[in-house]
Amino acid sequence: MTGETILFLVVAALAVVSSLAVILHPNPVYCALSLVIALFQVAALFLLLGAHMIAFLQVIVYAGAIMVLFLFVIMLLNVQRDVEPTPAGSRAVAGIAAGVLGAELAGFFLTRPLPAAAAPGPEDFGSVLALARALFTEHAFSFELTSVLLLVAIVGSVVIARRA
Amino acid sequence: MLRWILIFPLLGVFFHTFLGYRLGRRAVSIVGPAVVGLSFLVTVGVVIRLFQLGPDGALVDRMFPWIVAGRVDVWATLRLDALSAVMTLIVTGVGFLIHVYSAGYMARDEDYARYFLYLNLFMLSMLILVLADSILLFFVGWEGVGLCSYLLIGFWYSEDQNAAAGKKAFIVNRIGDAGFLLGFMLLFWTLGREGVWTLDFAGFREHANLLTPGVATAAALLLFVGATGKSAQIPLYVWLPDAMAGPTPVSALIHAATMVTAGVYMIARMHFLYDLAPAALAVVASIGAATAVFAATIGLVQNDLKKVLAYSTVSQLGYMFLAMGVGAYASGIFHLMTHAFFKGLLFLGAGSVIHGMSGEQDIRKMGGLREKMPTTFLTFAIACAAIAGVPPFSGFFSKDAILFQAFASEHGHPVLWAMGLAGAVLTAFYMFRLLFLTFFGQTRADHHTAGHVHESPPSMTVPLMVLAALSVAGGWVGLPAGWLWGDRFAEFLAPVLGEPHHGHHELALEYGLMAVSIVAAGTGIAIAYLFYFHSPELPARVAASFRRGYQLLLEKYRVDELYDATVVRWTFGLANFFWKLVDVAVIDGTVNGVAMFIRQQSRTWRLLQTGNVQNYALTFMLGAIVVVAFFLLR
Amino acid sequence: MVPLSWILALAGILFAIGGAGVLLRRNVIVMFMSIELMLNAANVAFVAISRHLQSMDGQVMVFFVMTVAAAEAAVGLAIILAAFRNKLTVNPSDLNLLKW
Repeated sequence: MTGETILFLVVAALAVVSSLAVILHPNPVYCALSLVIALFQVAALFLLLGAHMIAFLQVIVYAGAIMVLFLFVIMLLNVQRDVEPTPAGSRAVAGIAAGVLGAELAGFFLTRPLPAAAAPGPEDFGSVLALARALFTEHAFSFELTSVLLLVAIVGSVVIARRA
Repeated sequence: MLRWILIFPLLGVFFHTFLGYRLGRRAVSIVGPAVVGLSFLVTVGVVIRLFQLGPDGALVDRMFPWIVAGRVDVWATLRLDALSAVMTLIVTGVGFLIHVYSAGYMARDEDYARYFLYLNLFMLSMLILVLADSILLFFVGWEGVGLCSYLLIGFWYSEDQNAAAGKKAFIVNRIGDAGFLLGFMLLFWTLGREGVWTLDFAGFREHANLLTPGVATAAALLLFVGATGKSAQIPLYVWLPDAMAGPTPVSALIHAATMVTAGVYMIARMHFLYDLAPAALAVVASIGAATAVFAATIGLVQNDLKKVLAYSTVSQLGYMFLAMGVGAYASGIFHLMTHAFFKGLLFLGAGSVIHGMSGEQDIRKMGGLREKMPTTFLTFAIACAAIAGVPPFSGFFSKDAILFQAFASEHGHPVLWAMGLAGAVLTAFYMFRLLFLTFFGQTRADHHTAGHVHESPPSMTVPLMVLAALSVAGGWVGLPAGWLWGDRFAEFLAPVLGEPHHGHHELALEYGLMAVSIVAAGTGIAIAYLFYFHSPELPARVAASFRRGYQLLLEKYRVDELYDATVVRWTFGLANFFWKLVDVAVIDGTVNGVAMFIRQQSRTWRLLQTGNVQNYALTFMLGAIVVVAFFLLR
Repeated sequence: MVPLSWILALAGILFAIGGAGVLLRRNVIVMFMSIELMLNAANVAFVAISRHLQSMDGQVMVFFVMTVAAAEAAVGLAIILAAFRNKLTVNPSDLNLLKW
């Protein structure tokens, strides 16, 4: 049992617990905060997997920007605790469906043989430089497209959320 | 060049359709007759050219390729030979006079443009019919005149019975047309089996020798069925008396001078076929003679002015078919021509009388019109003399020629002659009965109508006078052999219709029969004089003594009732069956059923659209489960 | 080295939890958060395989997913705001105008 494995198990457990809190807690603000925790766990996971740049991006963009946005909207709408509880039937269905799906996926990945690991690559795997190298050469076109996408998103959200 | 004879009426049709009501009554009443007048002038021109070509000449105008498919190559072609020249002159000439008359007669009618539209359309169709070079184009004209007949009979369609009369004409004609179609298809197919694929009259004529007598007879009889429909012979004549519901100039043009003669023309055109089928000729002659007498007997007792003339037309058409049936094709066409003159005149005169009598058509309410309507009276009297066969009027020569041929021709028979003679006596009688009751004696109309009686305007009286002149002199082109210039008419038509069947005729026989004809006419007139001029109480007494017979004649032998009880009822029953069962239950059921099914399905399946996003998400999730399961279990 | 299968299994579980959240909650904002959770699960899978195959393509993919998620969050929340203004509710069951 290496340190890495133990770390992984801890992070995984925390991620699962906080995710459950997201979907189960009645107060939406607590849900949002639980999600932030879950996102941090995912960032830790990324670090464990050697994707340093992505981990930082996860914290900055997801936890730092998107969740802030969520909280803003929650506050703006002054959302209270869930007023009417979900009917028992729907809860059962959701639980069963999700449970089945989760079990299927986990079962699949744990029992099927997966492709062989590749040889260790360049030293700077997962670094800013490596990511930048990939983004600006091979995937340059997609990169440029995302800038258009962000522009559209900005304009779109302003237009939609405007007071009529 | 020939196509211009058709183009003018066609232009008239377009004019009346689009500009008629816009440009007003005046314009329409000028354009309508004018286009026919122009057609007439062109006709005269081309006929003169035809004369210059000599006896076997013909003018042909191949207009455009029409049906070119497989082994059939039919162009729309017009042909002017001697026969079609005579017909075209009659159609355009008499047609023009009637158009002019119509302008006066229909002067106060609301639907003046529609009237001239139909009338011009009719002229176009009739001219296509007489000028066609192929039987297919001929049939186009045949159908066209049938359509126009329907449109014009039912012209005042707001009255139900006028519309019904129009329908009756069209439907009865259709029955005849079925026979006609079968007839020429039989010819086409039979010749085709021999390798000759043609629909032209010339083609049929050239290869007629390829037909067996059986096929020739069958085809001839089938074509004749069409003729009985169009030309109102037994058993399909019943529409003609009802057709009097239309305006009187229509009756003059269509049901006297032109359309009803189409059947006679058809037999003349296809005479080579009938020459090959003596049995068919016998049928034609028998039906013609029978119709001549039958219709004449009905005409004896009718009290409506136009109905008498209608039955008279049926009867005279019978004479034409009698002529065709004994092989005297030229005589039949001769009578067609003289009949166009005097019957057209009779109808136009009747129109003038009805116009002067403010719409009254019952002759029992007329009388004494001689002084008040002198021109109408004089021309009407001339026409009566012509139709009765009084020499030297036109009808005498044509009718006498027919009677002679009926007796002496190789296809003739004394019985046929006797029937024709009987018909002649009856014709003379009922026509002069009409003359006496309408124009002589004291007026029997009520005060109001009597006060309004007036002669018609020149637009109506001038055509009467022209036709009267033709009724007098029109027969002089066909004098019996040996008299002055002889039978120029038959000579003119000989290249097309063959030499007149002279048979073994002795001059004495001919003169003898002629004398008998004259006596017959005189007898009829004398009896009419006795009954309606000298002793007016006689008709009522005779009718009382023969009450059952009189009733039968008055009710036109109840033929319509017979048809109704048998054919019509059965047809309605069949139609009802097809309507209720096939149309409503099966067809509507299927179509509606499909629609109902779809509606029901959509009602069911649309319940999936709950509008609730989470339901949709659930569906996604289930789909994902299935997909992963698939990979899991592989 | 943590076995790849464990990480992918974790991603699957997180994905299922997110899916449960979408189906379960009656608050569109929390539903949206569950969707973000599902996206993150996918990102985990991408990064894991990227490390396994020593290819930067996986991480580039994650980069794009994050970008799109950001854009989507912005527009989505704007829509939620607009809908709230009209119907004064965050309950997805009330936003059912597309019902048959």
